[in-house]
Amino acid sequence: MLYYPGCTLKTSAKNLEASAIAIAEKLGYKLVEMDDWNCCGVVASLTSDDLMHHLASLRNLIRVEEQGQDKVLVLCDMCYNTLKQTDIRMKASQSDLDTLNSFMDEESDYKNTVKIMHFLEFLRDEVGFATLKKKVKKPLKGLRVMPYYGCMLLRPREVAIDDAEDPRILSDLIKALGAKVVDNPYKIECCGSYRTIDQKELTSRRAKSISSYASTHDADLIMLSCPLCQYNLDVRGKEAESMYDGYSQLPTLYFTQLIALALGLDVESLGLDSHAVDPAPILRKRGVID
Amino acid sequence: MTETDVECAKQDEPSQVTATVEIFIMGKRYDVPIGFTIMKAIEFAGYQYIRSCGCRAGFCGACATVYRKGQEQKLHFALACQCLVEEGMYLVQIPFVPANKALYDINDLAPEDNTILTIYPEIARCVSCNTCTKSCPQDIKVMMYIQNSLRGNIAKAAELSFDCIQCGLCAMRCPADIKHYHVSQLARRLRGKYIDPESKELNARLKELEEGKYMDEVDEMMSMDRDIILNLYKKRKIEAQGDLDEGADA
Amino acid sequence: MPSESEIDCEHPDTAREIKLTGKLVDEVLELCNENVFGCYQCGTCAAGCPFIEEMDLTPDEVIRHVILDKKEVLNSKTIWLCSTCFICAERCPRDINITVLMEALRQILLRLSIDETEITSLSEEEKRKIPQMAFVSLFRKNIG
Repeated sequence: MLYYPGCTLKTSAKNLEASAIAIAEKLGYKLVEMDDWNCCGVVASLTSDDLMHHLASLRNLIRVEEQGQDKVLVLCDMCYNTLKQTDIRMKASQSDLDTLNSFMDEESDYKNTVKIMHFLEFLRDEVGFATLKKKVKKPLKGLRVMPYYGCMLLRPREVAIDDAEDPRILSDLIKALGAKVVDNPYKIECCGSYRTIDQKELTSRRAKSISSYASTHDADLIMLSCPLCQYNLDVRGKEAESMYDGYSQLPTLYFTQLIALALGLDVESLGLDSHAVDPAPILRKRGVID
Repeated sequence: MTETDVECAKQDEPSQVTATVEIFIMGKRYDVPIGFTIMKAIEFAGYQYIRSCGCRAGFCGACATVYRKGQEQKLHFALACQCLVEEGMYLVQIPFVPANKALYDINDLAPEDNTILTIYPEIARCVSCNTCTKSCPQDIKVMMYIQNSLRGNIAKAAELSFDCIQCGLCAMRCPADIKHYHVSQLARRLRGKYIDPESKELNARLKELEEGKYMDEVDEMMSMDRDIILNLYKKRKIEAQGDLDEGADA
Repeated sequence: MPSESEIDCEHPDTAREIKLTGKLVDEVLELCNENVFGCYQCGTCAAGCPFIEEMDLTPDEVIRHVILDKKEVLNSKTIWLCSTCFICAERCPRDINITVLMEALRQILLRLSIDETEITSLSEEEKRKIPQMAFVSLFRKNIG
């Protein structure tokens, strides 16, 4: 199965990539990184006259076709959103596609054949959470997990993999892994995204707004999917501790890391020590790890 | 480039029947012989290079030039000292690229994921348009080495950019104002210093040099007659060529 | 036919005169096909916006400015606080994609070479640790 990693999975989110590949293998799927991919651009081109910023995504889709595949799995939420929005535009407007194909005269033409799927979507729709549940070796009993979605898997609605106002996919996953869901009204709020660079303090405030619910509702940790959400809630959330008296940031884990734990995979491979707020203590306390 | 007063009409000598092509230099029309490089053709037409000219061997990157052919829509890019003239070439010479090089001390850097991004954050502006790649006279996969620099794969960026001669055409054309050749130089420096294994032989030799092991020979040569030195040079043994007759080109 | 305006506003950071030919709403509509006139000021967009507390104009006020040709909206902090989360677009009862409207306003400035971020002003520490995706997306939003 071809997958598109994106730049961040090669740098600050290596643990997301490693855990995804490991759990896929455990479930019987071999994830193979696609060849010669380039940065997707992270955010979709939003003005109606801008075609240039679709190039980055489109070139990746051409690569997938070149490699003889009609499906690509995406591990990063923002990459998924960007690739998907370009794909939708190309399928909606043949003239836009023609213009871009003609501009990229060094590439073969994109034929609109690729299906883009986020890894979480793949686990729900093609593997099935019921199947996943059967393969769980160490149910995460006693662990209280707060699901957090952020934006990119839910909005705009053309790309959404679940209901945008009340998504269930992470909750269903948490239950399949044997843990308890701490549902919350902040699960679809934006973490601040790229404002983490020019609005650092505001992003810390976002992390606090989103995560605070957890402490009043006894959640142990936050489960999420996006590497930028993870950075913002983890690193900026930790910085919020010095900005707000008595505030303590909850640890964050990727859904792939929690699945890996439930499937009985090696803890060392999860890269837990790269987190700013260490998840190990609470995992140890609940008996999930030794 | 300064003009002299040589008229191009002087080229038409009946006894020299050379096939020529029509080219334009800064808007003026000339007939120049086929088989000439752009640089030779421009000099043939009477111009004298005072800049944008260097090794004349395709290695220094000074003579980057942009041209079009006839009524074609596309622009072409080449090194003037390497590219042969063609019919209808419309030539101009370009100055060097005033791209800013970041100031850094290579000794203070580590080959980490974000190192290149830290020194040249504009690489995050790459839109994957491939304009740089299409402008490169050395057929380098320029966009791919920028992409590899962005994701922290320093070794790969160094490998892909190995043939770069820093002509600057990529930087001129980039819509994101990335200075590709500075970025790739950083990648190669990082790889050479921190990633590739050290050469023990090189280190040993450098130590010998520092200790002055070869100074006697150097001093001797410094006081030698020019003729004696020339003779020694002609008689030198070149290992890779094995047995070579005396009289290698002086 | 839109008539040529006088100096429309001065950008606070660059003290540069921003001259737009014609009405702001026409410039915006060139960049996005949204029916801004459909807005009935319900405030749902503001209610869902993650950065609303810091904004000087709420999203619905921004729309009002566009409709009334108040070009000083281009000087607001609001358009540069937007994180393109799409919540406003998804919740708008009039189906106005406010996210692309915000993008259009940013693009009007960026296409005049008025950038919001100066790359060289970022600190060393920030550049070393922040994920690539944050830089790539910020530069796409804030630099023309």
